[in-house]
Amino acid sequence: MLVLGCGHPDRGDDAAGPLAARRLREMGIDSREQSGDALSLMDAWQDADEVVLIDAVVSGGRPGAVTMCDALAAPLVGRPRGSSHALGLAEAIALGRTLGRLPRRLTLCGIEARRFELGEPPSKAVLRGVERAARKIYEHCVDQRRPAV
Amino acid sequence: MNGATIASRSIKVDYLTRVEGEGSITVKLKGDQVQDVQFQIFEPPRLFEAFLRGRHYLETPDIVARICGICPVAYQMSAVHALERILDITVDPAVRLLRRLLYCGEWIESHTLHVFMLQAPDFMGFPDAIRMAAKHRELVELALRLKKIGNQLMIVLGGREIHPISVTVGGFHKVPTKAALRALVDDLAWARDTSIAAARIVAGLEFPDFEQDYEFVSLSHPDEYPLNEGRLVSNKGLDIDVSEFGSQFIEQQVKHSNALPCRLRERGSYLVGPLARFNLNFSKLPEAAQQVASECGVAPPCLNPFRGIVVRAVELVFACEEALRLIAQYEPPAAPRVKADVRAGIGHAATEAPRGVLYHRYEIDERGLILKAQIVPPTAQNQKRIEDDLWHFVPQLAALSLDKITAQCEHAVRNYDPCISCATHFVKVERVD
Repeated sequence: MLVLGCGHPDRGDDAAGPLAARRLREMGIDSREQSGDALSLMDAWQDADEVVLIDAVVSGGRPGAVTMCDALAAPLVGRPRGSSHALGLAEAIALGRTLGRLPRRLTLCGIEARRFELGEPPSKAVLRGVERAARKIYEHCVDQRRPAV
Repeated sequence: MNGATIASRSIKVDYLTRVEGEGSITVKLKGDQVQDVQFQIFEPPRLFEAFLRGRHYLETPDIVARICGICPVAYQMSAVHALERILDITVDPAVRLLRRLLYCGEWIESHTLHVFMLQAPDFMGFPDAIRMAAKHRELVELALRLKKIGNQLMIVLGGREIHPISVTVGGFHKVPTKAALRALVDDLAWARDTSIAAARIVAGLEFPDFEQDYEFVSLSHPDEYPLNEGRLVSNKGLDIDVSEFGSQFIEQQVKHSNALPCRLRERGSYLVGPLARFNLNFSKLPEAAQQVASECGVAPPCLNPFRGIVVRAVELVFACEEALRLIAQYEPPAAPRVKADVRAGIGHAATEAPRGVLYHRYEIDERGLILKAQIVPPTAQNQKRIEDDLWHFVPQLAALSLDKITAQCEHAVRNYDPCISCATHFVKVERVD
Protein backbone atom coordinates (compact mmCIF):
# COMPACT_ATOMS: atom_id res chain seq x y z
CA MET A 1 0.00 0.00 0.00
CA LEU A 2 1.23 3.47 -0.89
CA VAL A 3 0.57 6.37 1.50
CA LEU A 4 0.93 9.91 0.13
CA GLY A 5 0.58 13.13 2.11
CA CYS A 6 -0.17 16.06 -0.20
CA GLY A 7 0.06 19.78 0.34
CA HIS A 8 2.32 22.72 0.98
CA PRO A 9 4.13 22.47 4.31
CA ASP A 10 4.38 26.24 4.69
CA ARG A 11 0.88 27.26 3.79
CA GLY A 12 -1.23 27.12 6.93
CA ASP A 13 -3.62 24.18 7.10
CA ASP A 14 -2.43 22.94 3.71
CA ALA A 15 0.43 21.34 5.67
CA ALA A 16 -1.98 18.68 6.99
CA GLY A 17 -1.07 16.07 4.37
CA PRO A 18 2.74 16.31 4.63
CA LEU A 19 2.54 16.44 8.45
CA ALA A 20 0.40 13.30 8.55
CA ALA A 21 2.90 11.55 6.25
CA ARG A 22 5.72 12.52 8.63
CA ARG A 23 3.75 11.31 11.65
CA LEU A 24 3.09 7.99 9.93
CA ARG A 25 6.79 7.54 9.25
CA GLU A 26 7.42 8.04 12.97
CA MET A 27 4.86 5.27 13.55
CA GLY A 28 6.75 2.97 11.20
CA ILE A 29 4.50 3.32 8.16
CA ASP A 30 6.27 4.07 4.90
CA SER A 31 4.69 7.24 3.57
CA ARG A 32 5.73 9.95 1.13
CA GLU A 33 5.18 13.66 0.96
CA GLN A 34 3.89 15.09 -2.30
CA SER A 35 3.16 18.56 -3.58
CA GLY A 36 -0.19 17.42 -4.95
CA ASP A 37 0.81 18.13 -8.55
CA ALA A 38 -1.33 15.91 -10.76
CA LEU A 39 1.46 14.56 -12.93
CA SER A 40 3.64 13.68 -9.97
CA LEU A 41 0.71 11.98 -8.25
CA MET A 42 0.00 9.86 -11.30
CA ASP A 43 3.65 8.99 -11.50
CA ALA A 44 3.78 8.07 -7.81
CA TRP A 45 0.80 5.74 -7.93
CA GLN A 46 1.57 4.25 -11.34
CA ASP A 47 2.49 0.79 -10.04
CA ALA A 48 0.50 0.84 -6.82
CA ASP A 49 -2.47 -1.40 -6.21
CA GLU A 50 -3.83 0.51 -3.24
CA VAL A 51 -3.18 4.14 -2.38
CA VAL A 52 -4.17 6.21 0.64
CA LEU A 53 -3.89 9.91 -0.05
CA ILE A 54 -3.97 12.43 2.79
CA ASP A 55 -4.84 15.99 1.88
CA ALA A 56 -6.36 19.15 3.29
CA VAL A 57 -9.98 19.48 2.17
CA VAL A 58 -12.51 22.29 2.29
CA SER A 59 -16.05 20.92 2.58
CA GLY A 60 -17.56 23.29 5.12
CA GLY A 61 -16.90 20.97 8.06
CA ARG A 62 -15.24 21.66 11.39
CA PRO A 63 -11.47 22.37 11.03
CA GLY A 64 -9.50 19.26 11.81
CA ALA A 65 -12.37 16.86 11.07
CA VAL A 66 -11.11 13.71 9.37
CA THR A 67 -13.06 12.02 6.61
CA MET A 68 -12.12 8.85 4.75
CA CYS A 69 -13.74 8.24 1.38
CA ASP A 70 -13.34 6.24 -1.77
CA ALA A 71 -11.82 8.80 -4.14
CA LEU A 72 -12.67 6.69 -7.18
CA ALA A 73 -16.37 6.43 -6.40
CA ALA A 74 -17.39 9.89 -7.60
CA PRO A 75 -15.59 12.78 -9.25
CA LEU A 76 -13.97 15.17 -6.79
CA VAL A 77 -15.12 18.73 -7.15
CA GLY A 78 -12.86 21.76 -7.33
CA ARG A 79 -9.66 22.38 -5.50
CA PRO A 80 -8.63 24.30 -2.42
CA ARG A 81 -8.54 28.00 -3.22
CA GLY A 82 -5.17 28.26 -1.56
CA SER A 83 -3.57 25.83 -3.96
CA SER A 84 -1.22 27.31 -6.48
CA HIS A 85 -1.05 24.14 -8.54
CA ALA A 86 -2.63 24.25 -11.93
CA LEU A 87 -3.51 20.56 -11.89
CA GLY A 88 -4.30 18.97 -8.57
CA LEU A 89 -5.80 15.81 -7.09
CA ALA A 90 -9.19 16.08 -8.80
CA GLU A 91 -7.44 16.50 -12.14
CA ALA A 92 -5.02 13.65 -11.38
CA ILE A 93 -7.93 11.28 -10.80
CA ALA A 94 -9.82 12.49 -13.87
CA LEU A 95 -6.71 12.24 -16.04
CA GLY A 96 -5.79 8.88 -14.53
CA ARG A 97 -9.28 7.60 -15.33
CA THR A 98 -9.01 8.81 -18.94
CA LEU A 99 -5.58 7.22 -19.39
CA GLY A 100 -6.31 4.07 -17.40
CA ARG A 101 -3.67 5.03 -14.86
CA LEU A 102 -5.43 4.68 -11.56
CA PRO A 103 -4.67 2.36 -8.68
CA ARG A 104 -7.26 -0.32 -7.97
CA ARG A 105 -8.19 1.40 -4.72
CA LEU A 106 -7.67 5.07 -3.88
CA THR A 107 -8.77 6.21 -0.46
CA LEU A 108 -8.80 9.92 0.31
CA CYS A 109 -8.20 10.84 3.91
CA GLY A 110 -9.36 14.44 4.06
CA ILE A 111 -8.45 16.74 6.92
CA GLU A 112 -10.82 19.69 7.05
CA ALA A 113 -8.85 22.90 6.59
CA ARG A 114 -9.70 26.58 6.62
CA ARG A 115 -6.64 28.82 6.39
CA PHE A 116 -4.03 28.72 3.67
CA GLU A 117 -1.86 31.78 4.33
CA LEU A 118 1.68 31.39 3.14
CA GLY A 119 4.23 31.20 5.92
CA GLU A 120 1.59 30.53 8.59
CA PRO A 121 1.57 27.36 10.71
CA PRO A 122 -1.44 25.02 10.64
CA SER A 123 -4.13 25.64 13.25
CA LYS A 124 -4.22 23.60 16.46
CA ALA A 125 -7.48 21.98 15.34
CA VAL A 126 -5.84 20.81 12.13
CA LEU A 127 -2.81 19.52 14.03
CA ARG A 128 -5.18 17.42 16.16
CA GLY A 129 -6.78 16.25 12.92
CA VAL A 130 -3.36 15.24 11.62
CA GLU A 131 -2.86 13.00 14.65
CA ARG A 132 -6.33 11.44 14.26
CA ALA A 133 -5.75 10.89 10.55
CA ALA A 134 -2.37 9.26 11.17
CA ARG A 135 -3.87 6.88 13.74
CA LYS A 136 -6.74 5.94 11.40
CA ILE A 137 -4.35 5.21 8.55
CA TYR A 138 -1.99 3.35 10.87
CA GLU A 139 -4.83 1.07 11.93
CA HIS A 140 -5.90 0.67 8.32
CA CYS A 141 -2.35 -0.34 7.32
CA VAL A 142 -2.01 -2.76 10.24
CA ASP A 143 -5.34 -4.35 9.28
CA GLN A 144 -4.13 -4.77 5.72
CA ARG A 145 -0.95 -6.49 6.91
CA ARG A 146 -2.76 -8.86 9.29
CA PRO A 147 -3.11 -12.28 7.68
CA ALA A 148 -6.69 -13.32 6.92
CA VAL A 149 -8.05 -15.86 9.40
CA MET B 1 -30.20 48.11 -30.78
CA ASN B 2 -31.07 51.37 -32.56
CA GLY B 3 -27.55 52.15 -33.65
CA ALA B 4 -27.43 55.39 -31.71
CA THR B 5 -25.53 53.80 -28.89
CA ILE B 6 -22.46 51.66 -28.92
CA ALA B 7 -22.65 48.69 -26.65
CA SER B 8 -20.24 48.56 -23.76
CA ARG B 9 -19.06 45.12 -22.81
CA SER B 10 -16.95 43.95 -19.95
CA ILE B 11 -15.11 40.70 -20.23
CA LYS B 12 -14.15 39.44 -16.85
CA VAL B 13 -12.41 36.13 -16.49
CA ASP B 14 -12.50 35.56 -12.79
CA TYR B 15 -10.87 32.21 -12.53
CA LEU B 16 -7.97 32.26 -14.87
CA THR B 17 -7.40 28.55 -15.28
CA ARG B 18 -4.31 26.70 -16.40
CA VAL B 19 -1.90 29.32 -15.13
CA GLU B 20 0.21 28.65 -12.08
CA GLY B 21 -1.50 30.32 -9.15
CA GLU B 22 -4.54 32.53 -9.46
CA GLY B 23 -5.23 35.72 -11.33
CA SER B 24 -7.96 37.36 -13.33
CA ILE B 25 -8.25 39.63 -16.28
CA THR B 26 -10.82 42.34 -16.93
CA VAL B 27 -11.17 43.85 -20.36
CA LYS B 28 -13.67 46.67 -20.92
CA LEU B 29 -14.73 46.89 -24.51
CA LYS B 30 -16.90 49.59 -26.14
CA GLY B 31 -17.76 48.60 -29.68
CA ASP B 32 -14.42 47.45 -31.00
CA GLN B 33 -12.48 49.86 -28.81
CA VAL B 34 -10.77 48.64 -25.68
CA GLN B 35 -11.49 50.97 -22.77
CA ASP B 36 -9.47 49.29 -20.08
CA VAL B 37 -7.44 46.17 -19.39
CA GLN B 38 -6.47 44.98 -15.96
CA PHE B 39 -4.54 41.83 -15.19
CA GLN B 40 -5.35 41.36 -11.54
CA ILE B 41 -3.32 39.37 -9.11
CA PHE B 42 -5.29 39.16 -5.89
CA GLU B 43 -3.61 37.06 -3.29
CA PRO B 44 -2.07 39.03 -0.47
CA PRO B 45 1.57 39.95 -0.96
CA ARG B 46 3.78 37.05 -0.19
CA LEU B 47 6.09 39.01 2.03
CA PHE B 48 9.03 36.74 1.34
CA GLU B 49 11.25 39.78 1.02
CA ALA B 50 10.15 40.86 4.49
CA PHE B 51 10.53 37.60 6.28
CA LEU B 52 14.00 37.02 4.86
CA ARG B 53 15.15 40.03 6.88
CA GLY B 54 17.06 38.96 9.96
CA ARG B 55 17.60 35.41 8.69
CA HIS B 56 21.10 34.06 8.15
CA TYR B 57 22.16 34.13 4.52
CA LEU B 58 22.70 30.36 4.48
CA GLU B 59 18.97 29.86 5.08
CA THR B 60 18.09 31.77 1.92
CA PRO B 61 18.17 28.96 -0.70
CA ASP B 62 15.76 26.81 1.31
CA ILE B 63 13.41 29.71 2.10
CA VAL B 64 13.16 31.12 -1.41
CA ALA B 65 12.67 27.65 -2.91
CA ARG B 66 9.25 27.72 -1.24
CA ILE B 67 8.13 30.68 -3.32
CA CYS B 68 7.21 28.41 -6.21
CA GLY B 69 6.56 24.70 -6.67
CA ILE B 70 7.25 24.91 -10.39
CA CYS B 71 10.44 26.97 -10.44
CA PRO B 72 12.16 26.52 -7.04
CA VAL B 73 15.56 26.03 -8.73
CA ALA B 74 15.31 29.47 -10.30
CA TYR B 75 14.77 31.06 -6.89
CA GLN B 76 17.63 29.10 -5.39
CA MET B 77 19.99 29.91 -8.24
CA SER B 78 19.34 33.65 -8.26
CA ALA B 79 19.75 33.68 -4.46
CA VAL B 80 23.03 31.75 -4.29
CA HIS B 81 24.59 33.73 -7.13
CA ALA B 82 23.67 37.05 -5.50
CA LEU B 83 25.02 35.95 -2.13
CA GLU B 84 28.19 34.54 -3.68
CA ARG B 85 28.80 37.94 -5.26
CA ILE B 86 28.80 39.47 -1.78
CA LEU B 87 31.16 36.84 -0.40
CA ASP B 88 33.35 36.85 -3.52
CA ILE B 89 32.94 33.10 -3.98
CA THR B 90 33.93 31.42 -7.21
CA VAL B 91 32.51 27.94 -7.35
CA ASP B 92 34.24 24.85 -8.69
CA PRO B 93 33.62 24.41 -12.45
CA ALA B 94 31.93 21.08 -11.69
CA VAL B 95 29.54 22.87 -9.32
CA ARG B 96 28.80 25.38 -12.04
CA LEU B 97 28.05 22.49 -14.39
CA LEU B 98 25.76 20.81 -11.87
CA ARG B 99 23.82 24.02 -11.30
CA ARG B 100 23.26 24.34 -15.02
CA LEU B 101 22.17 20.71 -15.12
CA LEU B 102 19.75 21.22 -12.23
CA TYR B 103 18.27 24.15 -14.11
CA CYS B 104 17.83 21.91 -17.19
CA GLY B 105 15.74 19.57 -15.01
CA GLU B 106 13.49 22.44 -13.99
CA TRP B 107 13.12 23.66 -17.56
CA ILE B 108 12.17 20.15 -18.72
CA GLU B 109 9.53 19.86 -15.97
CA SER B 110 8.12 23.34 -16.43
CA HIS B 111 8.16 23.55 -20.23
CA THR B 112 6.58 20.10 -20.51
CA LEU B 113 3.78 21.07 -18.16
CA HIS B 114 3.11 24.29 -20.01
CA VAL B 115 3.43 23.13 -23.62
CA PHE B 116 1.42 19.93 -23.33
CA MET B 117 -0.87 20.25 -20.35
CA LEU B 118 -1.66 23.95 -20.10
CA GLN B 119 -1.27 25.55 -23.53
CA ALA B 120 -1.85 22.75 -26.06
CA PRO B 121 -5.56 22.47 -25.07
CA ASP B 122 -6.02 26.11 -26.16
CA PHE B 123 -4.70 25.42 -29.63
CA MET B 124 -6.39 22.05 -30.02
CA GLY B 125 -9.83 23.26 -28.93
CA PHE B 126 -10.17 21.49 -25.60
CA PRO B 127 -11.17 23.08 -22.31
CA ASP B 128 -8.38 21.28 -20.47
CA ALA B 129 -5.75 18.56 -20.67
CA ILE B 130 -8.14 15.93 -19.31
CA ARG B 131 -10.58 16.36 -22.18
CA MET B 132 -7.61 16.56 -24.57
CA ALA B 133 -6.27 13.26 -23.20
CA ALA B 134 -9.42 11.46 -24.29
CA LYS B 135 -8.66 12.31 -27.94
CA HIS B 136 -4.86 12.66 -27.86
CA ARG B 137 -3.79 10.06 -25.38
CA GLU B 138 -0.29 9.67 -26.90
CA LEU B 139 0.47 13.36 -26.47
CA VAL B 140 -0.45 13.31 -22.80
CA GLU B 141 1.40 10.02 -22.17
CA LEU B 142 4.44 11.56 -23.82
CA ALA B 143 4.15 14.63 -21.58
CA LEU B 144 3.89 12.48 -18.48
CA ARG B 145 7.08 10.64 -19.36
CA LEU B 146 8.95 13.83 -20.27
CA LYS B 147 8.00 15.47 -17.01
CA LYS B 148 9.06 12.38 -15.09
CA ILE B 149 12.51 12.61 -16.69
CA GLY B 150 12.78 16.22 -15.56
CA ASN B 151 11.70 15.08 -12.09
CA GLN B 152 14.39 12.38 -12.04
CA LEU B 153 17.08 14.92 -12.85
CA MET B 154 15.80 17.08 -10.00
CA ILE B 155 15.77 14.13 -7.60
CA VAL B 156 19.33 13.04 -8.43
CA LEU B 157 20.72 16.57 -8.11
CA GLY B 158 18.35 18.21 -5.66
CA GLY B 159 17.30 15.36 -3.42
CA ARG B 160 13.63 15.60 -4.40
CA GLU B 161 11.55 16.64 -7.38
CA ILE B 162 10.38 19.97 -5.96
CA HIS B 163 11.99 22.35 -3.50
CA PRO B 164 15.47 20.82 -3.83
CA ILE B 165 17.40 20.48 -0.58
CA SER B 166 20.96 20.12 -1.86
CA VAL B 167 21.61 23.67 -3.04
CA THR B 168 23.67 25.97 -0.83
CA VAL B 169 25.76 29.10 -1.09
CA GLY B 170 29.14 28.02 -2.48
CA GLY B 171 27.91 24.80 -4.08
CA PHE B 172 25.91 21.78 -2.98
CA HIS B 173 25.52 19.92 0.30
CA LYS B 174 26.01 16.73 -1.68
CA VAL B 175 26.95 16.10 -5.30
CA PRO B 176 25.97 13.09 -7.42
CA THR B 177 28.35 10.41 -8.62
CA LYS B 178 29.15 10.07 -12.30
CA ALA B 179 27.26 6.78 -12.32
CA ALA B 180 24.11 8.40 -10.89
CA LEU B 181 24.09 10.92 -13.72
CA ARG B 182 25.03 8.43 -16.42
CA ALA B 183 22.00 6.38 -15.40
CA LEU B 184 19.83 9.22 -16.73
CA VAL B 185 21.37 9.31 -20.20
CA ASP B 186 19.04 6.87 -21.96
CA ASP B 187 15.95 8.62 -20.66
CA LEU B 188 17.34 12.04 -21.57
CA ALA B 189 18.20 10.87 -25.08
CA TRP B 190 14.61 9.66 -25.41
CA ALA B 191 13.43 13.02 -24.06
CA ARG B 192 15.51 14.92 -26.60
CA ASP B 193 14.23 12.87 -29.53
CA THR B 194 10.67 13.10 -28.26
CA SER B 195 10.97 16.85 -27.76
CA ILE B 196 12.06 17.21 -31.36
CA ALA B 197 9.02 15.25 -32.51
CA ALA B 198 6.80 17.25 -30.17
CA ALA B 199 8.14 20.56 -31.49
CA ARG B 200 7.14 19.46 -34.98
CA ILE B 201 3.65 18.65 -33.72
CA VAL B 202 3.10 22.01 -32.04
CA ALA B 203 4.54 23.82 -35.05
CA GLY B 204 1.60 22.44 -37.03
CA LEU B 205 -0.98 24.19 -34.84
CA GLU B 206 -2.84 27.28 -36.05
CA PHE B 207 -1.59 30.57 -34.64
CA PRO B 208 -3.57 33.80 -34.45
CA ASP B 209 -2.15 36.53 -36.66
CA PHE B 210 -0.77 38.85 -34.00
CA GLU B 211 2.64 40.48 -33.75
CA GLN B 212 3.89 43.26 -31.50
CA ASP B 213 6.93 45.50 -31.41
CA TYR B 214 8.24 43.99 -28.19
CA GLU B 215 11.24 44.96 -26.16
CA PHE B 216 12.66 41.54 -25.36
CA VAL B 217 14.84 41.29 -22.26
CA SER B 218 16.96 38.31 -21.27
CA LEU B 219 20.34 37.35 -20.00
CA SER B 220 23.08 36.96 -22.57
CA HIS B 221 26.24 34.95 -22.08
CA PRO B 222 29.12 35.05 -24.57
CA ASP B 223 29.30 31.27 -24.98
CA GLU B 224 26.10 29.67 -23.76
CA TYR B 225 22.35 29.81 -24.04
CA PRO B 226 21.57 31.68 -20.82
CA LEU B 227 20.57 29.94 -17.63
CA ASN B 228 22.63 31.07 -14.63
CA GLU B 229 24.75 33.94 -15.83
CA GLY B 230 25.06 36.80 -18.24
CA ARG B 231 24.45 40.47 -18.85
CA LEU B 232 20.94 41.82 -19.12
CA VAL B 233 20.31 42.74 -22.74
CA SER B 234 17.42 43.73 -24.95
CA ASN B 235 16.71 44.14 -28.66
CA LYS B 236 16.39 47.90 -28.06
CA GLY B 237 19.80 48.71 -26.72
CA LEU B 238 19.81 47.56 -23.10
CA ASP B 239 23.15 45.99 -22.17
CA ILE B 240 23.90 46.18 -18.46
CA ASP B 241 25.47 44.26 -15.64
CA VAL B 242 22.82 42.67 -13.43
CA SER B 243 23.86 44.99 -10.58
CA GLU B 244 22.41 47.90 -12.59
CA PHE B 245 18.92 46.34 -12.63
CA GLY B 246 17.58 48.87 -10.12
CA SER B 247 18.70 51.81 -12.21
CA GLN B 248 16.92 50.60 -15.35
CA PHE B 249 13.87 48.70 -14.13
CA ILE B 250 11.14 50.21 -11.97
CA GLU B 251 8.74 48.21 -9.82
CA GLN B 252 5.41 50.01 -9.42
CA GLN B 253 2.49 49.51 -7.10
CA VAL B 254 -0.88 49.42 -8.83
CA LYS B 255 -4.29 49.26 -7.15
CA HIS B 256 -5.55 46.26 -9.07
CA SER B 257 -2.70 43.87 -8.31
CA ASN B 258 -0.81 42.58 -5.33
CA ALA B 259 2.25 41.94 -7.48
CA LEU B 260 4.50 44.83 -8.47
CA PRO B 261 4.44 45.29 -12.26
CA CYS B 262 7.85 46.20 -13.57
CA ARG B 263 8.76 48.57 -16.40
CA LEU B 264 11.86 49.76 -18.14
CA ARG B 265 12.75 53.31 -17.25
CA GLU B 266 11.44 55.75 -19.89
CA ARG B 267 10.36 52.87 -22.14
CA GLY B 268 7.58 50.95 -20.42
CA SER B 269 6.58 47.33 -20.73
CA TYR B 270 8.92 44.60 -21.87
CA LEU B 271 8.82 40.84 -22.34
CA VAL B 272 10.90 38.21 -20.55
CA GLY B 273 10.77 34.45 -21.12
CA PRO B 274 11.39 31.92 -23.87
CA LEU B 275 10.55 34.28 -26.74
CA ALA B 276 13.04 36.86 -25.42
CA ARG B 277 15.76 34.29 -24.80
CA PHE B 278 15.25 32.74 -28.21
CA ASN B 279 15.27 36.05 -30.08
CA LEU B 280 18.32 37.38 -28.25
CA ASN B 281 20.38 34.19 -27.99
CA PHE B 282 19.48 32.09 -31.01
CA SER B 283 23.10 31.63 -32.08
CA LYS B 284 23.91 30.06 -28.67
CA LEU B 285 21.39 27.27 -29.09
CA PRO B 286 22.93 23.89 -29.92
CA GLU B 287 22.75 22.93 -33.56
CA ALA B 288 20.02 20.36 -32.95
CA ALA B 289 17.75 23.00 -31.40
CA GLN B 290 18.50 25.53 -34.16
CA GLN B 291 17.69 22.88 -36.74
CA VAL B 292 14.38 22.08 -35.06
CA ALA B 293 13.50 25.77 -34.89
CA SER B 294 14.21 26.10 -38.59
CA GLU B 295 12.07 23.06 -39.45
CA CYS B 296 9.30 24.44 -37.24
CA GLY B 297 9.27 27.81 -38.98
CA VAL B 298 10.41 29.93 -36.06
CA ALA B 299 13.39 32.24 -36.43
CA PRO B 300 14.48 35.38 -34.64
CA PRO B 301 12.87 37.80 -34.41
CA CYS B 302 9.72 35.86 -33.61
CA LEU B 303 7.18 38.55 -32.75
CA ASN B 304 4.03 36.44 -32.41
CA PRO B 305 3.53 35.49 -28.74
CA PHE B 306 1.26 32.59 -29.72
CA ARG B 307 4.25 30.98 -31.44
CA GLY B 308 5.88 30.98 -28.05
CA ILE B 309 4.61 27.41 -27.65
CA VAL B 310 6.93 26.37 -30.49
CA VAL B 311 9.82 28.31 -29.01
CA ARG B 312 9.19 26.68 -25.64
CA ALA B 313 9.29 23.28 -27.36
CA VAL B 314 12.62 24.26 -28.98
CA GLU B 315 13.91 25.18 -25.52
CA LEU B 316 12.78 21.77 -24.33
CA VAL B 317 15.03 20.24 -27.01
CA PHE B 318 17.82 22.53 -25.80
CA ALA B 319 17.36 21.53 -22.14
CA CYS B 320 17.55 17.82 -22.96
CA GLU B 321 20.52 18.27 -25.30
CA GLU B 322 22.32 20.47 -22.78
CA ALA B 323 21.68 17.99 -19.97
CA LEU B 324 23.24 15.23 -22.06
CA ARG B 325 26.26 17.41 -22.89
CA LEU B 326 26.78 18.34 -19.23
CA ILE B 327 26.49 14.75 -18.02
CA ALA B 328 29.07 13.64 -20.59
CA GLN B 329 31.51 16.24 -19.25
CA TYR B 330 30.88 15.71 -15.55
CA GLU B 331 33.69 14.93 -13.14
CA PRO B 332 32.76 15.34 -9.47
CA PRO B 333 34.30 18.38 -7.78
CA ALA B 334 37.10 17.99 -5.22
CA ALA B 335 34.73 19.50 -2.65
CA PRO B 336 30.99 20.00 -3.07
CA ARG B 337 31.05 23.42 -1.52
CA VAL B 338 33.37 26.42 -1.24
CA LYS B 339 33.22 28.13 2.13
CA ALA B 340 33.98 31.80 2.63
CA ASP B 341 34.28 34.25 5.48
CA VAL B 342 31.18 36.29 6.11
CA ARG B 343 31.29 39.95 5.30
CA ALA B 344 28.79 42.72 4.89
CA GLY B 345 27.75 43.75 1.43
CA ILE B 346 25.19 43.96 -1.33
CA GLY B 347 24.85 41.37 -4.08
CA HIS B 348 22.71 41.08 -7.20
CA ALA B 349 21.99 38.21 -9.57
CA ALA B 350 19.59 37.28 -12.28
CA THR B 351 19.01 33.85 -13.75
CA GLU B 352 16.63 32.54 -16.39
CA ALA B 353 13.61 30.92 -14.75
CA PRO B 354 11.52 28.92 -17.25
CA ARG B 355 9.26 32.00 -17.51
CA GLY B 356 12.08 34.53 -17.80
CA VAL B 357 14.51 36.71 -15.92
CA LEU B 358 14.38 36.35 -12.13
CA TYR B 359 16.28 39.09 -10.31
CA HIS B 360 17.41 38.95 -6.65
CA ARG B 361 19.23 41.56 -4.56
CA TYR B 362 20.44 40.99 -1.00
CA GLU B 363 22.08 43.17 1.58
CA ILE B 364 23.72 41.35 4.50
CA ASP B 365 25.56 42.56 7.58
CA GLU B 366 28.92 41.45 8.98
CA ARG B 367 27.22 38.56 10.86
CA GLY B 368 25.68 37.26 7.65
CA LEU B 369 22.15 38.35 8.56
CA ILE B 370 19.95 39.64 5.77
CA LEU B 371 19.15 43.33 6.09
CA LYS B 372 17.18 43.66 2.88
CA ALA B 373 15.99 41.36 0.11
CA GLN B 374 14.44 42.20 -3.24
CA ILE B 375 12.93 39.55 -5.50
CA VAL B 376 11.56 40.45 -8.94
CA PRO B 377 9.91 37.42 -10.57
CA PRO B 378 9.32 37.10 -14.31
CA THR B 379 5.53 37.21 -14.14
CA ALA B 380 5.64 40.57 -12.35
CA GLN B 381 7.91 41.81 -15.13
CA ASN B 382 5.54 40.52 -17.81
CA GLN B 383 2.39 41.78 -16.09
CA LYS B 384 2.33 45.14 -17.91
CA ARG B 385 3.25 43.46 -21.18
CA ILE B 386 0.35 41.00 -20.79
CA GLU B 387 -2.03 43.95 -20.39
CA ASP B 388 -0.49 45.67 -23.42
CA ASP B 389 -0.97 42.53 -25.52
CA LEU B 390 -4.66 42.47 -24.61
CA TRP B 391 -5.08 46.17 -25.48
CA HIS B 392 -3.87 45.36 -28.98
CA PHE B 393 -5.27 41.86 -29.40
CA VAL B 394 -8.88 42.35 -28.29
CA PRO B 395 -9.94 44.85 -31.03
CA GLN B 396 -9.38 42.19 -33.69
CA LEU B 397 -11.75 39.91 -31.74
CA ALA B 398 -14.52 42.47 -31.28
CA ALA B 399 -16.94 40.79 -33.69
CA LEU B 400 -16.84 37.54 -31.72
CA SER B 401 -19.16 36.50 -28.93
CA LEU B 402 -18.13 37.32 -25.39
CA ASP B 403 -17.41 33.66 -24.74
CA LYS B 404 -15.03 33.49 -27.67
CA ILE B 405 -13.32 36.77 -26.78
CA THR B 406 -12.92 35.52 -23.25
CA ALA B 407 -11.36 32.26 -24.39
CA GLN B 408 -8.99 34.10 -26.72
CA CYS B 409 -7.96 36.48 -23.94
CA GLU B 410 -7.20 33.56 -21.66
CA HIS B 411 -5.19 32.02 -24.45
CA ALA B 412 -3.23 35.24 -24.91
CA VAL B 413 -2.44 35.42 -21.20
CA ARG B 414 -1.32 31.80 -21.09
CA ASN B 415 1.24 32.58 -23.80
CA TYR B 416 3.26 34.03 -20.93
CA ASP B 417 2.94 30.91 -18.76
CA PRO B 418 2.29 33.26 -15.88
CA CYS B 419 3.44 31.88 -12.59
CA ILE B 420 1.15 33.87 -10.38
CA SER B 421 2.15 31.92 -7.33
CA CYS B 422 5.57 33.53 -7.73
CA ALA B 423 4.31 37.01 -8.43
CA THR B 424 1.58 36.79 -5.74
CA HIS B 425 -2.16 36.03 -6.58
CA PHE B 426 -5.98 35.01 -6.45
CA VAL B 427 -9.45 35.05 -8.29
CA LYS B 428 -13.33 34.78 -8.54
CA VAL B 429 -15.85 34.40 -11.38
CA GLU B 430 -18.09 37.10 -12.84
CA ARG B 431 -18.91 38.22 -16.30
CA VAL B 432 -20.70 41.49 -17.07
CA ASP B 433 -22.37 42.45 -20.34
